[in-house]
Amino acid sequence: MRTILGYLRPHAPRVAVGVTVKFTAAVLELLLPLLLAHIIDDCVPARDLPAVWRAGGLMLLMAFGAAFCNITANRMAAWVSMDMTRQLRRDLYQRTLLLSQAQLDRFSVSSIVSRLTNDTYNVHQMFDKIQRGGIRAPMLVLGGLALTFFQAPPLALVQLGVCSATFFSIWLVTRRGIPRYTRAQEAVDTVVRILRENAAGVRVIKALVCQERERERFAAASRASKEAEEAAGCVMAAANPLSDFLLNLGLVLVVLAGALLVDRGRMASGQIVAFLSYFTLIQTATLGLAKLFVKFSKGVASGRRIEEVLLAPEDQQVRAPGEAPGPELGMENVSFSYLGVEKDLDGASFFLNKGETLGILGPTGSGKTTLVSLLLRLYDADSGVVWAGGRDVSALSREDLRGRFGAVFQNEALLNDSVYENISFLRGLSREDVTAAARTAQAWEFIEALPEGLDARLDIRGANLSGGQRQRLLIARALAARPGILILDSADSALDYRTAAALHAAIRRDFPGVTLVVISERAASLRDADRILVLEDGAITAQGTHGELLETCGRYRRMAELQMGGLT
Amino acid sequence: MKQTVLVRLGRFLRPYGLQFLLLLALLLAGNLLSLAAPLLSGRAVNAVGIRAWGVDFPGVFRNCAGMLGCYALSSLLNYTVSFRLLRTAQAVSHDLRKAAFDRMSELPVDYFDTHPSGDLISRVCYDVDTVNATLSTDLLQLGTSVFTVAGSFLMLLLLSPRLTLVFLVTVPLSAALTRFQMKRIHPLFRLRSKELGALNGFAEERMGCRRSIRTYGVEKEDLSLFDERNDAASRAYYDADRASAALGPSVNFVNNISLTFVSVFGALLYLGGGLSLGSLSSFVLYSRKFSGPIREAANLLAELQASAAAAERVLDLLDQEPEAADPAGALPVEHLKGCIRFDHVTFGYDSARPVLRDFTAHIPAGSLAAVVGPTGAGKTTLVSLLLRFYRPQSGTITVDGVPLDAYSRDGLRRRLALVLQDTWLFGGTIAENIAYGAPGASREQIIEAAKAARIHRFISSLPQGYDTVLTDEGVSKGQKQLLAIARCLLTDADVVILDEATSNVDTETEGEISLAMERLRQGRTCFVIAHRLATIRGADRILVLDQGGAAEQGTHSELLAAGGVYAQLYAAQFQS
Repeated sequence: MRTILGYLRPHAPRVAVGVTVKFTAAVLELLLPLLLAHIIDDCVPARDLPAVWRAGGLMLLMAFGAAFCNITANRMAAWVSMDMTRQLRRDLYQRTLLLSQAQLDRFSVSSIVSRLTNDTYNVHQMFDKIQRGGIRAPMLVLGGLALTFFQAPPLALVQLGVCSATFFSIWLVTRRGIPRYTRAQEAVDTVVRILRENAAGVRVIKALVCQERERERFAAASRASKEAEEAAGCVMAAANPLSDFLLNLGLVLVVLAGALLVDRGRMASGQIVAFLSYFTLIQTATLGLAKLFVKFSKGVASGRRIEEVLLAPEDQQVRAPGEAPGPELGMENVSFSYLGVEKDLDGASFFLNKGETLGILGPTGSGKTTLVSLLLRLYDADSGVVWAGGRDVSALSREDLRGRFGAVFQNEALLNDSVYENISFLRGLSREDVTAAARTAQAWEFIEALPEGLDARLDIRGANLSGGQRQRLLIARALAARPGILILDSADSALDYRTAAALHAAIRRDFPGVTLVVISERAASLRDADRILVLEDGAITAQGTHGELLETCGRYRRMAELQMGGLT
Repeated sequence: MKQTVLVRLGRFLRPYGLQFLLLLALLLAGNLLSLAAPLLSGRAVNAVGIRAWGVDFPGVFRNCAGMLGCYALSSLLNYTVSFRLLRTAQAVSHDLRKAAFDRMSELPVDYFDTHPSGDLISRVCYDVDTVNATLSTDLLQLGTSVFTVAGSFLMLLLLSPRLTLVFLVTVPLSAALTRFQMKRIHPLFRLRSKELGALNGFAEERMGCRRSIRTYGVEKEDLSLFDERNDAASRAYYDADRASAALGPSVNFVNNISLTFVSVFGALLYLGGGLSLGSLSSFVLYSRKFSGPIREAANLLAELQASAAAAERVLDLLDQEPEAADPAGALPVEHLKGCIRFDHVTFGYDSARPVLRDFTAHIPAGSLAAVVGPTGAGKTTLVSLLLRFYRPQSGTITVDGVPLDAYSRDGLRRRLALVLQDTWLFGGTIAENIAYGAPGASREQIIEAAKAARIHRFISSLPQGYDTVLTDEGVSKGQKQLLAIARCLLTDADVVILDEATSNVDTETEGEISLAMERLRQGRTCFVIAHRLATIRGADRILVLDQGGAAEQGTHSELLAAGGVYAQLYAAQFQS
């Protein structure tokens, strides 16, 4: 929690002022009844009308003051907790952006989304409630305690013992509550995951008529969340009655002790009565405390989940660059495994010169996308060296990598934004560049036909476009900043052959010097590559040009024959 | 405004009405007990007496034991009430979430194309949670406060009806003050919930294009966009808080004023001889009893507002128009022969820009029909229409001579098996994903389907095999497609639709799968959308779509001979 509490530090002066104002309000409100007593006990019996008016006027003034102070303090508290949460949420998002792909896989996207939304909210609530409600109650308890000390020190000792026991039991309850709330938040992760899956997969779910099963699945997740909340609640609900009971027990003990003292003649029974009335003050103060405990434990549980992300280590170190420049693109005996069980890439080696084209072919799941992910340094290789732009990628920071690559990924989502913004993608590219990229990507024709052209707005995930149109926008995005290295991972899978052929021709024409990596299931897209890798089970089993592979590699020849009908 | 929310929320509260009443009764009992305790403590003090060595210890013990009993019982009751209330509130929240999700699953597909899933998450999680907080803790506090206030008020009325007139002024005053503020505040809370939903929508969307953000190094730019929304959401949150900050204190203020009035007028009454001193001091004491509970209750007002705004957002989701229900007399679909006919169908997602224009085609039962055409020609749209995700603007689609609308929608969909261009798997095990469309399938059947889809070897290579839980990464798109094909193979549908089902699968595997498909096709109508012409060469009938209309139809050799669009597309495969 230390990191989260650190967000309080810059606001410390404001919090101090707010607390003081709140304190003043509480004092004013506590003084009101004293004035009241003054009117009833002193002024009225003395038939002193002017004094009644004076006291009444003062009471009015104090009521005004209390209201003013309370409003001000509430507003200050609201501002502080808002600003802290804003900063916390921002830092969390920033850290999320910088998490490595491997870390993100470990956290899971749903859990990150849930931490960004639900957990920050819980922390906000905690900050807010503690500032607003956390002043008055402890102040009354401590104040009441102090007053009782003046009244009757021996009785106050009983009181002190009881209060300590109360705080101890609250601490115990809260300590048990926090891990339960952590589990409750994890249950929320599942709810979030199912919601995301259902929004993304609505067409498949409906087509398979599985709405009923999804409802059951969601109901189960919702029930799990409910049960986790109940488990936490059954502990937290004890905090209030328990402390209430302990305080009341103290009351009984005070009466008993008082009886003894009175019996010994060391105390007047009137003192017991006075004592008891202060005690009631303490009790009313604890009225709203239960909710405070709940918000607190929930906030701590969520705060820890946020901290987990904030404190995740930088796992992709930037190593000192070696002296020897390497090839433009390549790998040297690279192995990699996602889960550390089976090698997803096994001893891969290849080299490519600037301006050349690399084709990658291989059965589904043979490691093509993995290979490309390593080139982009989305993951770090377990062993071996990966070269990009003549340098060892492990020596390249995010800034160094920036702008080097253009890449089309499978499953990448389009933004719920304009066509222009989807291509420019936050890089602030000129409309000319965007248009040129769209032309090369064979996307201009359909963009032009849209009513607002480049400014036409896409639905969520680009749902108002066809699969091929979405793919071409992603290609345009990859091309738009004129990268030195272009990676197309199955970028033509949803394109018809004529469009795909036009695309490849246009890239060659408009990007003459680009180093190109093409993953495709299509022989036509690979045929002209300077080097083609054939991957099988994570290993490069053959590499060469189209002509060479036709002679040496059975798999390649079979594929070419299947697709081209023996026309080679 | 608040009332309507309460009324609309009523159907979720009503099932628990009895429980709420019971809990309220228990709460009352607990409060009475804690009121009884001071009586006992008074007697205990009386038993102590005022003289040294004269304490009536048996009396003290008796009354102390009574106090202890009262307190223990009231604490126990309190625990029971607050825990039970929490459970009831959770039950209501669960019902709310479930109802929201159930409605979500009935919404037409285009709802999800225009509403960010992050916003949906926000409604189902944050908004329901806000309502829950009110039900589980605020109600308890409100209940306690109401009891204390009502009890004290009754006492006041008995003591001095005339002095109670003061409250005739102050109570309506605070009610009016509250009402006035609430009206102003409500839209602010609504905005707060909305902005938070928008922020969540943004964050959720950005998680889907992380690799692009990273590759293009636009983290800073993305962060500044996040900042905008974060600032807006925080601002809205603060604005609502700021406006409602006065709510509690102002009620409190009126209460303090009435206290002042009571004491001043009480003094005047006493001086005028209309009230005894004892009555006055009792009256004032009871009035003071007001302040604590009123303060607590007043501080809840802002939260009630937040809850009302949150509840509204959940209820709005529930009010969304679902997919039209099946009309009475919709045909239950037992079996389809699979004769599909498109008759002059025109359709556009935006009706001003039709994707399909006057499209007519006929696919005989049991045939293999292939649909080819340039991207954006409307191929996937045909599938969407067939699945009744949308309705054509004009023209009709019939299956076995019956218009689509006449079938029960789910019945119809059940007889169609499809693999869509966008693969979708959920975060369950591989076996669960394959058996998704056929819940009763045995492990053997699942393995057989996986073998036919050529994904068995990959699955076996995983440490947990078929029980591997799928995550965001680690499975390639091609593998996802194979799993989707295995899923499709397990269903017993009459019409098989493959929309670029193997676009990311290598040629060899695809060839092997088409052998498996050959078996699946026996006695079924097959509707295949593909670009790779090897896939479609053997089709009985090829529909060539261009610019939203059927440009050509025929067999592979007929179309090649015709030298039209198809011939051009075919030739493109061999050009470099």
